[in-house]
Amino acid sequence: MKFKHESIEINAGLLIALTLVVVSIGGLVEIVPLFFINETVEQVKTADGRDAVHPYTPLESRGRDIYVREGCFLCHSQMIRPFRDEHLRYGHYSLAAESQYDHPFQWGSKRTGPDLARVGKKYSNEWHTQHLIKPKSVMPDSIMPNYPWLMENTLDYSDIRARMQAQKAVGVPYSETDEEYEANVKRFGPEVAKNLDILYAEKNLLKQAETGNYDGDKTRLTEMDALVAYLQVLGTMVDFKSYQDGHFSEFR
Amino acid sequence: MAHAAASKEQYNYEIIRKFAIMSLVWGILGMSVGVYIALELAYPALNFDIPEITFGRLRPVHTTLVIFGFGGSALFATSYYVVQRTCQTRLFSDGLATFTFWGWQTIIAAGALSYMLGYSQGREYAEFEWPIDILIAVVWIAYLALYVQAIRQRSQPHIYVANWFYLGFILVTAILHIFNNLAMPVGLFTLKSYSAFSGVQDAMTQWWYGHNAVGFFLTAAFLGMMYYFVPKQAGRPVYSYRLSIIHFWALVFLYMWAGAHHLHWTALPDWTSTLAATFSIMLLLPSWGGMINGIMTLSGAWDKLRSDPIMLFMIAALSFYGMSTFEGPLMSLKSVNALSHYTDWTIGHVHSGALGWVALISFGSMYHLIPRLYGTKIYSLKLIYIHFWLATIGIVLYITSMWIAGIGQGLFLRAFDDFGNLKYSFIETVVFLHQPYVWRAIGGMFFVAGVIIMAYNIFRTISQAKREAAELEARIAAKMANA
Repeated sequence: MKFKHESIEINAGLLIALTLVVVSIGGLVEIVPLFFINETVEQVKTADGRDAVHPYTPLESRGRDIYVREGCFLCHSQMIRPFRDEHLRYGHYSLAAESQYDHPFQWGSKRTGPDLARVGKKYSNEWHTQHLIKPKSVMPDSIMPNYPWLMENTLDYSDIRARMQAQKAVGVPYSETDEEYEANVKRFGPEVAKNLDILYAEKNLLKQAETGNYDGDKTRLTEMDALVAYLQVLGTMVDFKSYQDGHFSEFR
Repeated sequence: MAHAAASKEQYNYEIIRKFAIMSLVWGILGMSVGVYIALELAYPALNFDIPEITFGRLRPVHTTLVIFGFGGSALFATSYYVVQRTCQTRLFSDGLATFTFWGWQTIIAAGALSYMLGYSQGREYAEFEWPIDILIAVVWIAYLALYVQAIRQRSQPHIYVANWFYLGFILVTAILHIFNNLAMPVGLFTLKSYSAFSGVQDAMTQWWYGHNAVGFFLTAAFLGMMYYFVPKQAGRPVYSYRLSIIHFWALVFLYMWAGAHHLHWTALPDWTSTLAATFSIMLLLPSWGGMINGIMTLSGAWDKLRSDPIMLFMIAALSFYGMSTFEGPLMSLKSVNALSHYTDWTIGHVHSGALGWVALISFGSMYHLIPRLYGTKIYSLKLIYIHFWLATIGIVLYITSMWIAGIGQGLFLRAFDDFGNLKYSFIETVVFLHQPYVWRAIGGMFFVAGVIIMAYNIFRTISQAKREAAELEARIAAKMANA
């Protein structure tokens, strides 16, 4: 029997079915394995055998929401590539493990401003606050917009539990039960595990804002507190000094 | 059934008129927002410290209005026209067709407003939050139903080639949209949600979506448009039927593999991005197959380029399509991508496709379509010529300034001094970007000016059609009175 393309051209059902088959293959081959091949996301352990990368604290998570809200990722990437210039400018290249709790990922596709994957702890809180209110005040040639409202807006954390629960539903290991909490203690250590407990979310958020005093104003809890807390944790979870050079290249 | 339809127009043109006009409205709005955010990058004072109009919130407004508002409405309009004409049947439900119109307009408006208010999924071209995503899915299923039913009711045994492309676009957009937007809402009464995927998997899913939004929404669908309107305007059959078969199947197969080239050198595993680069190179063949098939349709009628400005739009569109589908595979090479990624070269590449291909082929098709929808001739051919040159100058200014910006910044960032230290700080490259950014904005203004002239031309065409219809009616009434 000789196949003729005409048989597809005269049969709408066949045309639809074949199109669906043909377009599905690429996605299936490239996406599905990423969920099943373990090496896709490296296991990064600390010296005492715990997971180095952990989910964000409630305050950092709220800061991340603001980062997404303002569309920061449209000008700032969070993905350092393994090139010498990027190493000198930003630090060690980004690991898959470092964004494993990022829903959504914020790797970005454009650098109108510099990469932020390792901006944490490079500048002081004061610098960040100043810079966000008026970038030109610390970087005269900057073309970044001013974000004065971050300092004016009180941080709304009324639905912080719902936000953490939603993230938990998509796989972030925030805890609600004793068992989940204990598992987190084992996996991340007691200090981190405390901050991942949804039942104490408000308390932890306020405590971090108070101790951190990110926006320099102790009297108020602002969106600036949250965003700076988030920026200050970026890229700080993995201590690259404790690994040999080239340790992570075997994963790539 | 024939009796029921006899009282109405043979085809549902009303829905096409609505979509065609809205496509121009969204086009002017979306492109003007584009010019504004381009100016914000050149002159940041234009952000005015107003949250709703800062660059980060307006940029998705621009992309959504032009891709889904302008491009989407143009696709609805032309696909409803093409499927009804080629299948010689009326869309089976006027109500459902009207629903797709109002649904789609609501989606665009709600999306733009929600980004300005700070609600975004934070993933490029998929910024719509979950309730809008659900509405998109519903409208899209209605669109699919209308389209497939029209094809099933066709009077010819063969399904015309334009319909394969439109159908492929509708099917794939449904798949991409649904899988890429899986997310967990924070609550039933809030817009905020978190993506179902994270990190590497989220990145891969998003760029599988993002690249195929380009591949199907902005390419396959507009090839469908090309396959109907270019032969119609040229008055000649498609150059090669065999080529259209081969490049259709190759295009829809290969595109789906290419998304990961947006993630070269990232934490995505190497095997995935290498595979994507390989398929991106192969993609050159079906892309150029389409371009050749379109341009060669004019063989034997090349003189039309001298007399028909609509043909100019179509041939220029196909030429830009050929150029940007050459540039794309080039940029998907890892060594080129190392320089081009994260820079304005990408932005320039997108616009040579979006302005050069998508917008020009849409303008050409609209100039062909709209007078026919209203049963008249275009108001002014001269204005079409002016539009063509404004658009072409605008595109050239846009893409050359972005080549300079992108390649320049890429080279600055990887320059070392004699001691192996970085030669330039990041902020020095930002200073360098100012001039190209100004020129880019000027290019954008040229392009918008062209569309405004088009809108005026179309407006005059429609009023002329109404006047002609009124005169005809008056003459008939006079004749009846005399009789």
